[in-house]
Amino acid sequence: MQKTDYLQDISEIRSIMERSSRFISLSGLSGVMAGIYALIGAGLAHWCLTLYRAGGLGSYRTVAGYLFLIAGVVLLLAIGTGIWLTTRRAREQGQRIWDATARRLVVHLMIPLAVGGIFALILVGQGYTGIVAPSMLIFYGLALINASKYTLTDVMYLGLAEVALGLLATIVIGYGLLFWAIGFGGLHIVYGASMYYKYER
Amino acid sequence: MKHLLHQFDKAFENKVRLGIMSALVVNDSLDFNALKELLGVTDGNLASHLKALEKVAYIDVQKQFVGRKPNTQYAATKTGKKAFGAHLDALEALLKAQKQTQ
Repeated sequence: MQKTDYLQDISEIRSIMERSSRFISLSGLSGVMAGIYALIGAGLAHWCLTLYRAGGLGSYRTVAGYLFLIAGVVLLLAIGTGIWLTTRRAREQGQRIWDATARRLVVHLMIPLAVGGIFALILVGQGYTGIVAPSMLIFYGLALINASKYTLTDVMYLGLAEVALGLLATIVIGYGLLFWAIGFGGLHIVYGASMYYKYER
Repeated sequence: MKHLLHQFDKAFENKVRLGIMSALVVNDSLDFNALKELLGVTDGNLASHLKALEKVAYIDVQKQFVGRKPNTQYAATKTGKKAFGAHLDALEALLKAQKQTQ
């Protein structure tokens, strides 16, 4: 046996461990797109709020309805684009899309995220609107940290950044939309682009 | 150099067996199809290597039913994980020794 054989053995072992335990087809571009949708959404929300303060757009309930509609559309677009781009990437790499690693990733992402979503709805219902955006950032960050064990490690750093931003937003309450735009818009674009350059080029 | 080769586990001389163990040490358990897809080998080939690993008690085999379909789950045993670790150590030691002699 040659030295190169052993080296090849080791690199094969490493590759199998990676492929069997982590979902690595996650597309960086989907992060960039999610960030762009979030920024557009934040811009629309800001416009709605400005109109409302100027006396247009009717009651508080109507405005809240518009804001929820914007948030919902942004979320759906981001998830849809994410699934589409990731599926495309997995196909290019010849990997299966919905395998055990993908399932594990989704489950570990969704548990903290669902709790955060319900928590945010309760906050809105109770009238604590000031801490809705910070708590969404914190829960989203924790969900990312939790899921990062099952995908690219870079996701953990994005999660830590979201949590830090969420805590900061809790200290300076009243700039919810701005922090929301930075966290879901800016950070997604930065991390998505860096992952794209690192893995997909 | 020679004494290092003695520490090599005979059970891991084959690439497929090495691959099976690599996948099973990082997963609680995997089924037959997942292993087949991961390693890109034929049914017969995989089955014979799984049997060999089962024989030396490096892996544990659980037969169960998912709905009406039979499903076999494979998991690494404690002995298997230990043996795999020792094999990796031996590989590393060998590569180190080769580096020094060069």
